[in-house]
Amino acid sequence: MRLYCGLSIVILAAAFTAGRSVPAGQMGDSLRAAAAYIARFFEWFGEFGAFCARVARVAFTPPFEFRELIRQMDAIGSKSLPLAALAGAATGVVLSLQTRDSLTRFGAKSMLPGVIVYSLIKESGPVITGLVVSGRVGAGIGAELGSMKVTEQIDAMEASAVDPNKYLAATRVLACIAMLPLLTLVADCCGILMGWIADTLAEPISLRLFLNMGTNGVTFNDFLPPTFKTAVYGAIIGLVSCFQGMRTQGGTEGVGKSTTSAVVLSSLFIILADVLLVRLIIVFFP
Amino acid sequence: MGTEDNSTPIEVKHLSKSFGTQKVLNGIDLSVARGETLAVLGRSGTGKSVLLKLLIGLQKPDAGSIRINGKEIADLDRKQLNEVRKTVGFLFQQAALYDSMTVEQNVEFPLSRHTEMSAEDLKKRARELLASVGMEKDLEKMPSEISGGMQKRVGLARAIALEPGIVLFDEPTAGLDPITGAEIGQLISQLKEKHQMASIVVTHDIHGAKQFSDRVVMLNEGNILVEGTFADLEKSKDKFVVQFLSNAA
Repeated sequence: MRLYCGLSIVILAAAFTAGRSVPAGQMGDSLRAAAAYIARFFEWFGEFGAFCARVARVAFTPPFEFRELIRQMDAIGSKSLPLAALAGAATGVVLSLQTRDSLTRFGAKSMLPGVIVYSLIKESGPVITGLVVSGRVGAGIGAELGSMKVTEQIDAMEASAVDPNKYLAATRVLACIAMLPLLTLVADCCGILMGWIADTLAEPISLRLFLNMGTNGVTFNDFLPPTFKTAVYGAIIGLVSCFQGMRTQGGTEGVGKSTTSAVVLSSLFIILADVLLVRLIIVFFP
Repeated sequence: MGTEDNSTPIEVKHLSKSFGTQKVLNGIDLSVARGETLAVLGRSGTGKSVLLKLLIGLQKPDAGSIRINGKEIADLDRKQLNEVRKTVGFLFQQAALYDSMTVEQNVEFPLSRHTEMSAEDLKKRARELLASVGMEKDLEKMPSEISGGMQKRVGLARAIALEPGIVLFDEPTAGLDPITGAEIGQLISQLKEKHQMASIVVTHDIHGAKQFSDRVVMLNEGNILVEGTFADLEKSKDKFVVQFLSNAA
């Protein structure tokens, strides 16, 4: 766990500072350069915290941007549906193929449906969905807002007395929060279905029996908390991507950097948040 | 949305702004009266666009005072600043049209947020505004489907949508052919005649400035070198001004 966190911090620091030149020669020594990296690292967190607070405040202040919210829910949710379904389906097939051998070796082949269903609904489905959506949506938001920033569209919006944090950021963040649990459900269903298909191709079993065996003993505590934890992943994707996009500097190169950092950081934060959320779920939903 | 009080629309005193060690504005003073157009001339990178962004609160000054319709910008919170922004139109250098919206939706955007118009009235008003800049035939086009000159026209229609008492133009003729540039200049003159707006036009276009401005200021190294009519500028013996005018001729 410690190693995991340590590695994550190193990767995070590298991600924040990637592509930024440090005038080490001018500064004289590498210690001062390292200090500048660390300062930038904490500065990022400070600015990100302030951005999150601003977005949270304006998101619940009328008038609400319902039309833009619906548009974003369509762009983020329904357009990510095939990707989430495919990722879930592939996970189901892989789980079936990989675990069949191991369970057969231990004489527990009858537990295969349970392993597939439990694994998908408790961990694989939510995490896989979070990661694939962070790739598609994080890149999309980072690039779109980055382009808007460098072409002065965000300034134009502000000059028109419209708050870009409300119109652009809050709508995207809320859409991500609302859509991630729904996409996770789709990924879970596709994974279970494809897990059954892979299973039945190896050794025929009816869908009803597969589901009965798989869901035997599954409670709402097994299903709901892991599904709804993806709302936190949605918040992470929306907030990180909007923040990186809206602070883009420079031209197309800056847009490229924002897009990359939006995907890298949101994926990384999802993995870190997962560690925390799994622990909390174990504590509060034993 | 026009201003109703008798205060000077734009009043700037001792305005300074630096980026790192580079001083772009060094304690400048200027004011613009109602119905007056002030052209701001100068080399690239002398803080002309920064001046416009400071006026509308998109950037914060290091020192000095900016009063828009008598209100000190620095003292305002976000809500109050937005009220001031509603009285100021801004035409950006590259028009800055929202590229996910059609031409018509771009013009409707500020109206839909700051007026109580019905959907039908919004469309009607947006079409009137686009007709006034000669863009009534391209309502459904996306910004990427129209030329730079057309984008500036749409940007102009959007900037005046709320009938502001003040309009700021950032390089309105930059990157346009001479004919389209002259057309944009004529539009600015017509709008000034029609709405009696106070305007600041940041430009390199000497001929355009002569056509649509009442007064000019020449900026160099963060300072105002000359302020007066275009004739005053032409009479100036300052080496930089003489060189600027002779190279532009």
